[in-house]
Amino acid sequence: MKRPVTLTINGERQEVAVEPWWTLLDVLREELGLTGAKKGCDRGDCGACTVLLDGKPVTSCMVLAVQADGRQVVTVEGLAAPGHLHPVQRAFVDYGAVQCGFCTPGMIMAAVALLNETPHPTEAEVRAALTGNLCRCTGYAKIVQAVMAAAQHGGAA
Amino acid sequence: MHRFDYLEPATLSEAVALLAQHGARARVLAGGTDLLTALKEGWERPDWVLSIGRVADLRYIRYDSRDGLRIGALATVREVETSPLVRKHYPVLAEAAGTLASVQIRNLATLAGNVCRASPSGDTLPALLVLDAEARLVGPSGERRVPLARFFVGPGRTVMEPTELLAELVLPPPRPGTGAHYIKHSLRRAMDLAVVGVAALVALDGETCVDARIALGAVAPTPIRALAAEEQLVGRPITPDAAEAAADLAQAAARPITDVRGTAPYRRRMVHVLTRRCILRAAELAQSQGRLP
Ligand SMILES: Cc1cc2nc3c(=O)[nH]c(=O)nc-3n(C[C@H](O)[C@H](O)[C@H](O)COP(=O)(O)OP(=O)(O)OC[C@H]3O[C@@H](n4cnc5c(N)ncnc54)[C@H](O)[C@@H]3O)c2cc1C
Ligand code: FES
Ligand code: FES
Repeated sequence: MKRPVTLTINGERQEVAVEPWWTLLDVLREELGLTGAKKGCDRGDCGACTVLLDGKPVTSCMVLAVQADGRQVVTVEGLAAPGHLHPVQRAFVDYGAVQCGFCTPGMIMAAVALLNETPHPTEAEVRAALTGNLCRCTGYAKIVQAVMAAAQHGGAA
Repeated sequence: MHRFDYLEPATLSEAVALLAQHGARARVLAGGTDLLTALKEGWERPDWVLSIGRVADLRYIRYDSRDGLRIGALATVREVETSPLVRKHYPVLAEAAGTLASVQIRNLATLAGNVCRASPSGDTLPALLVLDAEARLVGPSGERRVPLARFFVGPGRTVMEPTELLAELVLPPPRPGTGAHYIKHSLRRAMDLAVVGVAALVALDGETCVDARIALGAVAPTPIRALAAEEQLVGRPITPDAAEAAADLAQAAARPITDVRGTAPYRRRMVHVLTRRCILRAAELAQSQGRLP
């Protein structure tokens, strides 16, 4: 039976009726139309569905929507006002860190989470923070460069 | 995804009562990183999923020098990895926690869930074994404490009753002059399970080893202690020869299988290599600890 949950998504309180077995990712995408978070594997392996839950990066395919009741969710849509880019997004564009783009929202959320905690990471720290984000296109070098550059320009949200 | 009804008790006693009521038809949900996979794949088909995520006061990491460390059932692997208390007093546990999956998974996964899942390759289990961790279990007839050395009975199987919950993990205070290290050997450096995991702990008095623990992951139906290898080390200095002799005994204790991640002979050989390396590193750490003011 569906039950109501309250999520604060990108700063806005929303009430949604969810089945207990629905994941947060499915609710974001199918119920709320927030398709930034991607479903790559649905098993926690690829990181394409990464969002911030109470400020921490998590794979939203491995969270039930009922578990997120009452909590804060930030998706890639919430990083900057419409028409604007977050410094990490800007750096991804400038450094050519996007090819097909499927991994990009998850990469950006993982990178933003890192810079929030560690504003000036080493390259090793960037790579460690992106361990759970798979990219089939770029070979990662430009992604890492983009995150390092965003850090230099004060990429924390 | 398998369909189920959802229960969300607010207290531990409520959780225990619900579990007693629904028994084998319920599954406990903590971080969900194992259970959700099982529900999606249909490996588990419970009528009820009982989330302990909102049970009050299970999310803590506490330390005092007399009783040691207590880690509540909801403390995440990431919290353990980054806890200043764990890093200071039990650095090998933080080290092992940091090898599990990704930041995103570690933010969800609980340490207690890694223990309850009882995977032979569970990354925190060898470290918890060398630290002499105990599980505090609560059930309908009260509570009991079980050392992890007697907790695992097979892949995915533990001494816990279906009506019991793991409330907290308890680690005795570290003795001075100890060093410990965990090595996870996996085929890929990221997002892969251990082919072999080895943890070693060494306590030194001057040059002499006065206590040792060696635990092996992914080479038997459960994580295991290599007791003969531990005994071999005690009472003498940790030299490369002593580490070699202990590694021989650790290799003999391993009973690995062949699977997609590695063959049994490969795993046995890696137990040897990694045990030797792990002991020598633990001894180095023990020595540098002894030199601290
Ligand atoms: C993509 C991915 C990668 C992974 N990589 C690794 C890895 O590299 N190394 C590794 O060791 N593991 C890995 N895992 C497994 C998993 O993340 C860990 O086992 C995790 O610690 C489980 O904790 P949880 O809180 O998520 O458990 P849950 O999934 O909530 O529960 C796991 C099991 O334990 C039971 N349980 C949990 N808590 C309690 C409790 N307090 N009392 C009683 N029963 C309980 C549940 O009923 C269930 O059977 C990975 C998982 C995923 C999805
Ligand atoms: S879709 Fe969630 S990790 Fe791949
Ligand atoms: S840009 Fe295509 S998967 Fe990363």
